[in-house]
Amino acid sequence: MLSGWFVALLATGYLGLLFAVARFGDARADAGKSIISANVYALSLAVYCTSWTFYGSVGRATSGGLSFLTIYLGPTLMLLCVGVIIKMIRISKAQRITSIADFIASRYGKSQLLAGMVTVIAVIGVVPYIALQLKAMAASVDVLLEHAGNGVEVWGLDSTFLMAVVLAFFSILFGTRHLDATERHEGMVAAVAFESVVKLVAFMAVGLFVTYGMFGGLGDLFQRASASADLGRLLELDSGRAGTWSALIILSGLAIIFLPRQFQIIVVENVDESHLKRAVWLFPLYLLLINIFVLPLALGGLLHFDGQSVNPDTFVLTLPLVHGAEALALLAFIGGLSAATGMVIVETIALSTMVCNDLVMPILLRSTGNFIEKRSDLSGLLLGIRRAAIALILLLGYVYFRAAGEAYALVAIGLISFAAVAQFAPAMFGGMYWKQGTRAGAVAGLLAGFVVWLYTLLLPSFAKSGWISSGFVEQGLFGIGWLKAQALFGLAGLDEISHSLWWSMLANIGAYVAVSLNSRPDAVEASQAERFVDVFRFDSRNTEARLWRGKASPDALVGLLERFLGAARAGQQLAAYAAARKAGNWRNLPADAEFVQFAEAELAGAIGSASARVMVASVAQEEDLGLEEVLDILDEATQVRAHSRELEAKQRELEAATAELREANERLRELDRMKDDFISTVTHELRTPLTSIRALSEMLHEDPRIELADRKRFLGIIVNEAERLTRLINQILDLARMESGRAEWTTGEVDLGEVARESMASVEQLFRDKGVALDSDIPASGLVVLADRDRLMQVMINLLSNAVKFVAGGTGQVHVKLGVAAGLIRVEVRDNGPGLTPEECGVIFEKFRQGGNTMTDKPQGTGLGLPISRQIVEYFGGNLWVESAPGAGANFIFTVPLPVPEDNNGRQTK
Amino acid sequence: MSKKILIVDDEPNIVISLEFLMKKEGFAVAVANDGEEALAKVASFEPDLILLDVMMPKKSGFEVCEILRADPSKAGLLIVMLTAKGRDTEVAKGLAIGADAYITKPFSTKDLAARVKTMLGTV
Amino acid sequence: MKRANPTRQRLAALGLLGVPLLTYPLLSLPGGEWAGIPATYLYLFGVWAGLIALAAWVAERRGP
Repeated sequence: MLSGWFVALLATGYLGLLFAVARFGDARADAGKSIISANVYALSLAVYCTSWTFYGSVGRATSGGLSFLTIYLGPTLMLLCVGVIIKMIRISKAQRITSIADFIASRYGKSQLLAGMVTVIAVIGVVPYIALQLKAMAASVDVLLEHAGNGVEVWGLDSTFLMAVVLAFFSILFGTRHLDATERHEGMVAAVAFESVVKLVAFMAVGLFVTYGMFGGLGDLFQRASASADLGRLLELDSGRAGTWSALIILSGLAIIFLPRQFQIIVVENVDESHLKRAVWLFPLYLLLINIFVLPLALGGLLHFDGQSVNPDTFVLTLPLVHGAEALALLAFIGGLSAATGMVIVETIALSTMVCNDLVMPILLRSTGNFIEKRSDLSGLLLGIRRAAIALILLLGYVYFRAAGEAYALVAIGLISFAAVAQFAPAMFGGMYWKQGTRAGAVAGLLAGFVVWLYTLLLPSFAKSGWISSGFVEQGLFGIGWLKAQALFGLAGLDEISHSLWWSMLANIGAYVAVSLNSRPDAVEASQAERFVDVFRFDSRNTEARLWRGKASPDALVGLLERFLGAARAGQQLAAYAAARKAGNWRNLPADAEFVQFAEAELAGAIGSASARVMVASVAQEEDLGLEEVLDILDEATQVRAHSRELEAKQRELEAATAELREANERLRELDRMKDDFISTVTHELRTPLTSIRALSEMLHEDPRIELADRKRFLGIIVNEAERLTRLINQILDLARMESGRAEWTTGEVDLGEVARESMASVEQLFRDKGVALDSDIPASGLVVLADRDRLMQVMINLLSNAVKFVAGGTGQVHVKLGVAAGLIRVEVRDNGPGLTPEECGVIFEKFRQGGNTMTDKPQGTGLGLPISRQIVEYFGGNLWVESAPGAGANFIFTVPLPVPEDNNGRQTK
Repeated sequence: MSKKILIVDDEPNIVISLEFLMKKEGFAVAVANDGEEALAKVASFEPDLILLDVMMPKKSGFEVCEILRADPSKAGLLIVMLTAKGRDTEVAKGLAIGADAYITKPFSTKDLAARVKTMLGTV
Repeated sequence: MKRANPTRQRLAALGLLGVPLLTYPLLSLPGGEWAGIPATYLYLFGVWAGLIALAAWVAERRGP
């Protein structure tokens, strides 16, 4: 049954099944009904478990005990730092990043140099790992066929070589059917997830078989092992290897993201960030499950094959076989095949993308520009380059297998690759979290780390297989003891992996930091640094567009797209873009910054961001934004949002304050106007009598021969006007003093009745001259108030003189009445003059305003008497007003509050 | 034929002084006490020059001036504005309206007489 | 500054916790055996499973 043909058929059949799954996945993706769910995504991460896991772990466990577990603990812990992974994904989506080389190159200013370097390191670093898969496959085929007694040579060719060819074929089929700007291969992911399930099932089946079928369970197995001294050692951990333990955890933790296939699966193939939630625990769970039976299998194998030289890496196959469980063995074989093919397919696809976009294309563009320009459709060329790369990488893997594979156990080979991709860590983590990291620093770090890795791990691996002399390992380079490849500078006692990790990281990180701190980023680097480190804060759309200035013709850009994506795909993407911008046809859209960004992003998917940058720059006449400008724009974008909320709050405050200010201003202006009016009026009032005085005085002075009659008249006028002027000035000063509170008041007990009588007496002559009757009605007592006597006299006289002024001569009557009511003394001065309109009742109390509208007999008053009287009355707590109607005379009334009576103790009662 | 002067002011004492002054200079004088009376007297008396106070009831001096200036038949009438308000804005306003001169009170009688004589061309 | 996502921070804390639990010197503590199975083996797988369970609970409990 286990003939070579049967095995080959089975293998091919399984690969065909995988391919069908992949096609199904792609078809669903094209139809828009992606089958990539959170579970599928999480399972696809298990591509991490290759033949190394399937075969190699058991082998490792036979010599190192539980140390094999470190390779899976590292990824568990790294997955828990899911924030880092999400940031990586977010950045990659924003920047259209399609590989590790692209990521690093893009971050450090879209540098083609870095892109190439990373690609070279990745290829060289991963070749051993691919060789590992080939070795495992070879071994497993050997086991199956030798058991059946058949040879392994088919058509005169080494079976391993055939396997490499087959794997190349399937990889090309899976990954290079067309160019996708996003470099996503949903079919491949689906196939990988499927494979992961097969691996787990197969391995656990064998584990269960051996543990419970061949032995009496875990307890039985372990007890039997501990009975033997050799095996017992495996059950404990060797604390002397503590350093190795931690080093391996670190290495595997880095490898889970930096292996090209891992980056591809975790970051590039990710369709939804929320899938990470599932992956965080489901993937470690997978790792746990697949590792439960590794140690039992190792112990079982050792116990069973004690004394025989069976390759422990193959226990997974040999144990079922010796028990005649051929079907199980075939299942295990398929499991191992799954593990190997999954790894190879994804890894070579990822690597070929890098080789094409980041290594070959830049060289082609730079050296043979004409060649590129002549070709109108480059999409075929790109696919061709990728296919060639896949084949070449597998060939290299085969060569390494032959050159160095014999000397090492599987796991040791794998760890060499881990140490290589770990060199990407400083540049990548620095790129994501440290804006000061520069291109020069990244180049220096990568170079230093790679050289140290080369010297301490890769070259010694060749030496151990005998392909090169091992002088530099045993005696040091050029015989210098300090440069012993695996005991650099005297650091002995570490296993080679830890040793290499320590020195390469020291060199890498040291060079990266030191050079970065001493170099300045250029404009593109700085803007990329912002975009990477601040990706969660960034509003990418606006600033992207603003960071580009130049002129481009849409036709030139579209031409680029067609050449690199192929006309059909370019047309598709253009239509989608136009639809997104709500234009019917892309021709209606301007070749603005957004269009250029779109074109560049699409190109980046096909040829890498560094090359895309170069191509777009060549067709657009771009203006270089200086570093300052770029930083300004970016700073602006981030600051603007931060400040806008502050601004809103401040604006509201400001508006409130402004409204208040405006009101206050209005009030002030009003007062100012009133003040101006007052001053202007006062000026006028003062100047008027002065005019007569001056004029008449001058005339008298000029001409002494004026007639006596005129002289007398003039002098009389002068005297009157002088008096008028004096009165006016006094009253103005009085009023001013009262209003500003600086008037002098002599308050004492005043009998209002007596005041009334006296003031009447003083105006008696005036009344008699005009023939106006004056009478009064004054109570005998009870009219005592606390006030200024003179001032109250002033008020009374003012009212009386007003009255006599306005009543008609001869028939005029003025009546004075005093009374007490509700704690007030009430004084009324009534006349039977022409009366006042309601409007005038208010107007006459205004400064300089006088009653009477006929103006035939211009009164000699100043217009200030009533305002002053009112001030006086109000000062003592009373009121002054007039009640009048036209033709019904006027009644001026004022009140003065009576003093509050005191009780016997001298306190005032209310 | 002596020139005719119309004196317009609501202050009687000022009117007295101006009247005396102008008569002494040999002009024929008429008097008005407010704006409306002034316009009536302008029509009936037909003065050559009018001494016009600004602050008056019924119609202010500015209004009278505007009305007179709007009348083309009175284009030759000289208008001298008198006022106790001396602010620049008032002066500018008066001249803008079309007064020929603007004099602030209190004034010098000598100056006023000289001015009037110059304006009327009789020295 | 990243948006302080509580779920991510909790998970990172779990990861940080895992480091001392799964490395020396703590690793050298368990000794002996239990039901025939070495304590170290049980300890490693037990802590591992525990971390996974906690991670599952934190990650799936609430949406970010």
